[in-house]
Amino acid sequence: MSDGQGHFGHAHIAPASMYYAVFAALIVGTVLTVAAAKVDMGVFNNVVMLLIACTKATLVILFFMHVRWASRLTWVVAMAGFFWLLLLFAVIGDYISRGWVPGTLR
Amino acid sequence: MPDAHHGEHFPGPIHQPPLVANLEAIQPHDFVHLPHHPKLQHHFDDMAQQIDASTLGMWVFLVTEIMFFGGLFAAYLVYRHASPEGFAEASHHLNVTWGAVNTIVLIVSSLTMALAVRSAQTSAPPKTQVAWIAATMVLGAAFLGVKAIEYTDKFTHHLVPGPNFHWTGKHPQAAEIFYSLYFCMTGLHATHMIIGLGIMTVIGIMAWRRQFDEDYYTPVEIAGLYWHFVDIVWIFLFPLLYLIGGHFTE
Repeated sequence: MSDGQGHFGHAHIAPASMYYAVFAALIVGTVLTVAAAKVDMGVFNNVVMLLIACTKATLVILFFMHVRWASRLTWVVAMAGFFWLLLLFAVIGDYISRGWVPGTLR
Repeated sequence: MPDAHHGEHFPGPIHQPPLVANLEAIQPHDFVHLPHHPKLQHHFDDMAQQIDASTLGMWVFLVTEIMFFGGLFAAYLVYRHASPEGFAEASHHLNVTWGAVNTIVLIVSSLTMALAVRSAQTSAPPKTQVAWIAATMVLGAAFLGVKAIEYTDKFTHHLVPGPNFHWTGKHPQAAEIFYSLYFCMTGLHATHMIIGLGIMTVIGIMAWRRQFDEDYYTPVEIAGLYWHFVDIVWIFLFPLLYLIGGHFTE
């Protein structure tokens, strides 16, 4: 925290190497996504590609968007957005899964 | 007797402006004006609070953006669930190579954007700051160029929903819905890219005019949040649009 700190601010300045490391991870994730699409895993194709996408998004949010070093309030607001998304997809999951279990109404 | 003793440890107000009813009687020197950064707006205590407030405000906007794109992703899920085979069939007409190339282009642009912010944070010379910003813009423009090639291909092959939509496969209806969603989602994303290029133009000019250094880099940071968000949207669009329905059969 001591280096590169301005006289007026208290910002955390991450080393450039961190950005290159995150970048490399994002590229690996992209290659893995394309590679996984060529392997027949049934429904798990979707699971794998979305898990990789979520991992990549998390890396971008935490490191490129500096949420890792942001205020608690920013954390809460950012997480609220994704929590809302979770609720939305939970509702759609309910819609989609109707009829999977015998006896449940479509 | 104790007054003198107490006076040493608890010195009373030495110079305090008198309470006055007449506001015009207050002189500027009655208040202590601490030296502060010229970019510090007076409703903030300090620069750290100022950038925290801007970051929070930008995240509130990004939450509305998550809802905006979230609705489209929800529509995608519902229609894909209604016709998984149709969506897979339609997805096969998208060019995976172009999609992957654009994913890489956007990831590289996110890296250059992050380094643009870092160059401002470390008080790099304006030339360096502008170089990273320009690199980000070139990559953004390259993304849009690839998108234009893809869109042109869809127009020439009658894959644009509407009266001229033509599908030779087994699921023409589902394919038309897929391409409706494809154009809505990638179109909204491309619109965000175009707006991003406009924002980056302004940021580039500000950087060229030596506006940013280690004490003040809020606009670059905020523009970066926007740019990375648009990258995240594409991270999900690429597999969901281009890679569904088993490319192992090819």
